Amino acid sequence: MFDFIAFIPRAVTQGVPLMLGSTGETLTQKSGNLNLGLPGVMYVGAICGVIGSFIYETGTPAESINGFLAVMIPLLSCLAGSLLMGLLYCFLTVTLRANQNVTGLAMTTFGVGFGNFFGGSLIKLTDSEVPSIALSATSSYFKATLPFADKLGWFGEIFLSYGMLAYIAIVIAIISSYFLKRTRPGLNLRAVGEDPATADAAGINVTRYKYKATCIGCMIAGLGGLYYVMDYSSGIWSNDAFGDRGWLAIALVIFTMWRPAVGIVASILFGGLYILYLFIPTGTNLAVKELYKMLPYLVTIAVLIIVSLKKSRENQPPAHLGLSYFREER
Amino acid sequence: MNKTREPLVHISRRDTLPWYKAWGIRAAAIAAALVVCAVITTLLTGENPIEVYAAMIDGNFGTSRRIWVLLQNVAMLLIVSLAVTPAFKMRFWNIGGEGQIMMGCLATAACMICLPGVVPNWLLIIIMVIASATAGGIWGLIPAFFKAKWNTNETLFTLMMNYVATQLVAFFIIIWESPKGSGHVGIINADSQIGWFPTIGGNKYMLNVLIVAVITAAMYVYLKYTKHGYEISVVGESERTARYVGIKVERVIMRTMIISGALCGITGLLLVAGTDHTITTTLSASRGFTAVMVSWLAKFSPIFMVFTSLLIEFLGRGASEIATDFGLNEAFGDILTGVILFFIIGCEFFITYRLHFRKSAAHEAKEAAENV
Amino acid sequence: MDSGKIAAVQMRNITKSFGSVMANDRVWLDIYKGEILALLGENGSGKTTLMNMLSGIYYPDAGQIFVDGREVVIRSPKDAFDLGIGMIHQHFKLVDVLTAAENIILGLHGEGKLDMKAVAARVREISGRYGFEVDPNQKVYDMSVSQKQTVEIVKVLYRGADILILDEPTAVLTPQETDKLFAVLRNMRDDGKAIVIITHKLNEVEAISDRVAILRHGHFVGDMPTAQTNAGEMTNMMVGRPVVLNIERPEPKNAEPRLEVSHLTVHDEEGVKKLDDVSFTAYSGEILGVAGISGSGQKELLEAIAGLHRAEGGSITYIEPGTGAREELVGKDPRDISDMGVALSFVPEDRLGMGLVGDMDLSENMMLRSFRRGRGFFTDRKAPHQLAERVVKELAVNTPSIETPVRRLSGGNVQKVLVGREISSAPTVLLTAYAVRGLDINSSYTIYDLINKQKERGVAVVYVGEDLDVLLELSDRILVLCGGKVSGLIPGRGATKRRVGLMMTRLGGGEGDE
Repeated sequence: MFDFIAFIPRAVTQGVPLMLGSTGETLTQKSGNLNLGLPGVMYVGAICGVIGSFIYETGTPAESINGFLAVMIPLLSCLAGSLLMGLLYCFLTVTLRANQNVTGLAMTTFGVGFGNFFGGSLIKLTDSEVPSIALSATSSYFKATLPFADKLGWFGEIFLSYGMLAYIAIVIAIISSYFLKRTRPGLNLRAVGEDPATADAAGINVTRYKYKATCIGCMIAGLGGLYYVMDYSSGIWSNDAFGDRGWLAIALVIFTMWRPAVGIVASILFGGLYILYLFIPTGTNLAVKELYKMLPYLVTIAVLIIVSLKKSRENQPPAHLGLSYFREER
Repeated sequence: MNKTREPLVHISRRDTLPWYKAWGIRAAAIAAALVVCAVITTLLTGENPIEVYAAMIDGNFGTSRRIWVLLQNVAMLLIVSLAVTPAFKMRFWNIGGEGQIMMGCLATAACMICLPGVVPNWLLIIIMVIASATAGGIWGLIPAFFKAKWNTNETLFTLMMNYVATQLVAFFIIIWESPKGSGHVGIINADSQIGWFPTIGGNKYMLNVLIVAVITAAMYVYLKYTKHGYEISVVGESERTARYVGIKVERVIMRTMIISGALCGITGLLLVAGTDHTITTTLSASRGFTAVMVSWLAKFSPIFMVFTSLLIEFLGRGASEIATDFGLNEAFGDILTGVILFFIIGCEFFITYRLHFRKSAAHEAKEAAENV
Repeated sequence: MDSGKIAAVQMRNITKSFGSVMANDRVWLDIYKGEILALLGENGSGKTTLMNMLSGIYYPDAGQIFVDGREVVIRSPKDAFDLGIGMIHQHFKLVDVLTAAENIILGLHGEGKLDMKAVAARVREISGRYGFEVDPNQKVYDMSVSQKQTVEIVKVLYRGADILILDEPTAVLTPQETDKLFAVLRNMRDDGKAIVIITHKLNEVEAISDRVAILRHGHFVGDMPTAQTNAGEMTNMMVGRPVVLNIERPEPKNAEPRLEVSHLTVHDEEGVKKLDDVSFTAYSGEILGVAGISGSGQKELLEAIAGLHRAEGGSITYIEPGTGAREELVGKDPRDISDMGVALSFVPEDRLGMGLVGDMDLSENMMLRSFRRGRGFFTDRKAPHQLAERVVKELAVNTPSIETPVRRLSGGNVQKVLVGREISSAPTVLLTAYAVRGLDINSSYTIYDLINKQKERGVAVVYVGEDLDVLLELSDRILVLCGGKVSGLIPGRGATKRRVGLMMTRLGGGEGDE
């Protein structure tokens, strides 16, 4: 029998980085910016958290580590790092109107390189004595669950067994969804991504909206990287371990039709698809497992095709996605 | 006070800039980027920047073997860049080069593993060429078909196709793994060398470099002087114009993506049969993505692509040389490449647009400060 | 100077250029409260540019703007709104996927949380006051053109605009809708608002405006109360000299049927019927003028003939000169049509978006029609280059060189390049849509001459135009479309403007009127 009680929590922990990544990318894309630098941003978010935490943990005796600082330092360094990436993307694509695809890919090259470089060289650069980056103390704070969670049987296992960032991710997704649908700035943001010339004519500062949405989006996505390293991998950094989750998060944006609330369920579904191969009894046939890993991508392609076939006016990508805006273009 | 002020900077589109000015701006951007890179490197290593660049040059040109490795890498990046270029000229954002290369690798490896003994070696190589081009072409055709028929977003579609291809390769790697349980394929036909490309004068890179040189010239001619090339330009500039003059836009989109994918497939062939003689999921080394930038930086001109791919490979190789010399991580190269790309991407703005500063900007700012 | 009027806006020495084109040159303009001002000028005279600077879309190169007597700088549409200036553009600035109410409050300040019910109530209140009909919850993509325009106007009023600018608002409206709009505008004027209506139609100026200001080639020519002027004087001021439209009209020779359109029905992408049971025959050596208010199916008619638009029903038959062989064109695309040997040329309305490629040079644009010639894989570049040189010489195209991208040429020269290419292939059928739109008088006459020469060559010309005076003087016969149907087909000689005008607005209107 399929073991749901073991499967769901693992699907969720796989899903959380994707949820944060896709929520961030959804906000970004709603402003018309197709940020293909997302994988880079998530790497930078993760490594900045690691750097902050590493400096704090190696510089402080184990007994005097303060739980609050142990969480806040990596959290803030992660946010700062991803914010800088967001600013860089905006400066190039919004202020300098560079091609979004090229800029995004360059950011991914840079970001992944940045993560792997510091992941591989941090110990040498700081002349530390430790053999590898294992931030177990910090991780224990990120992974802390409610004290009674494990006493509640399957309920606790499925709903309460996660670290705080998982719940924060869900809250962020709900807030983003509410923001886009029910608030004035949310409406303005949607207009910017659909039709910046109209938004501009209506007195909306297109540049400012694009900057804000993209930077906040990047910061949210950066948290996804932080969750991955601090919670999922228990504070152990290894190069390239984050893999292609950034691209998967972009796929998720399409899959959810730019709806962060749907993203909560969808990212867990994707997380589940990502690890489904571990739960499918394939016996000794390891090869088939590789085919199962294709599922999230195939599903996304299917969604892309169905959406374009339906041609409904709702559920389309923001009309101006991927294009830069210049008021006096003629 | 309600009186608003004249904007500080006013931006307007330039008329076309003479080519020498445009390339001057780009050269200046690269120079500025190199300075920034030197500063970063110096900060991290404490070395004199001149030595850093000396190390980079040595890493690229130090020995004849290094030069050949550089040439091989430039050739491989160049052919992928050439492959994606017709699609880009058509405004079809093919970022699925990676997947198309993987399919080419897969088809080549399949032929090399399954066909020895069935057909003679010369025929095998011909089959490999056809198979790899077909595999890549099909991988390119799938998103193009949906784009042409239903305008499905090609950027996201081709992106997803990359991972489908990667997983397919992973699947076959386990099927073909040798020795069993090792998780990799190992050198294919290591003893018989069946399906391997011949070496020219004992140099295994020479043939690849020559093939790519021929393809570069062919692509230049194809885009510039053929009816196909002209159709691609028209479709890229305006689909409505294309329909108006009777170009079958759907057909051009599909045909061009088959060519684009097939060339990527050929890249897979050159990698598997020409140099590596094995298959891994990382064999294409992100060239499908890097090529997007190379092609764009060269303004889709095959001739300039020779230089831009050389620049990117030089930096990558040079930076990893620095990394080795100073005990840093390999990924250092990606950081430097990223920085340089940012500068070049940014400088395009100054080629396309002109800034008009408010005449008395400084004066007024001072005035405003005094008023506060 | 009327003493009782209060100036809402004063524009002084406003100058704006785009590249080498001077769109506005030291323009003076006053706009008063409680008055409807008609801003009159030919296409390309700089009316819209001038108003765009008032609404913050463009920023002037030089000059001053005063609102309520105070000098202001309008950097963005937001600045304009803050000053109570609202503009309704010709191309509506609405977000398709949002509702009317959402579009109306776009960009407004206020509580972060949206209260769409309150917005809807306010929208209904405004609509009630001036007599609009708007459903606040309707999505824009479901709306008709006039509904969209209504949303635009409500949007501006919702923002409390006191100065309203409407850019050619009637171009897309039916006569009934126009009457409704004018009634609403008068209500708003009586409410004390300052209203500017940009137009090039004299009858509208006379129908609605209190005062008229005229621009010509980017210069301010003058202004006066509408009651104290007449169409003749306004026309003179608009074009600079009295128009004696002396367009030649040779008698058709050897007219024989060339193109038979029968029961043609065409839908647009959204499934709306654009042409309904249209039948007519175009003869060789004749100019068939097509008249109708904008959007009556002219575009669809030409595109259907050229194979660019699918026909739902009916037939288009081409009759080959000499042999009299009949070829069916419905269901064929442009490529099929040219492969069949039908020499059909088409000068589309959208010159740079369809007829030419803006970023390509003259010679490459000549290639658009000829690149497929020859068997080989390669293109012939020599012939198009020579053709480009010939066109430049014969039509006096003003261009720095053959290698200049056509985007950088002025409107008239762009059109010469396009027409020059289209007639170079010795067509038997020539379709033209708004061939002189945006062109100065001299260029227009060049184009009329070229068309007449084609007629004398025995070409069947279908000429879609908007200027009735020209249509009446140029056409041998006039086909009048009204809402996609044929309203009438009358001889050009002896037709009157009044009759054609009536037929444009009413099916079969003007029949037996004279």
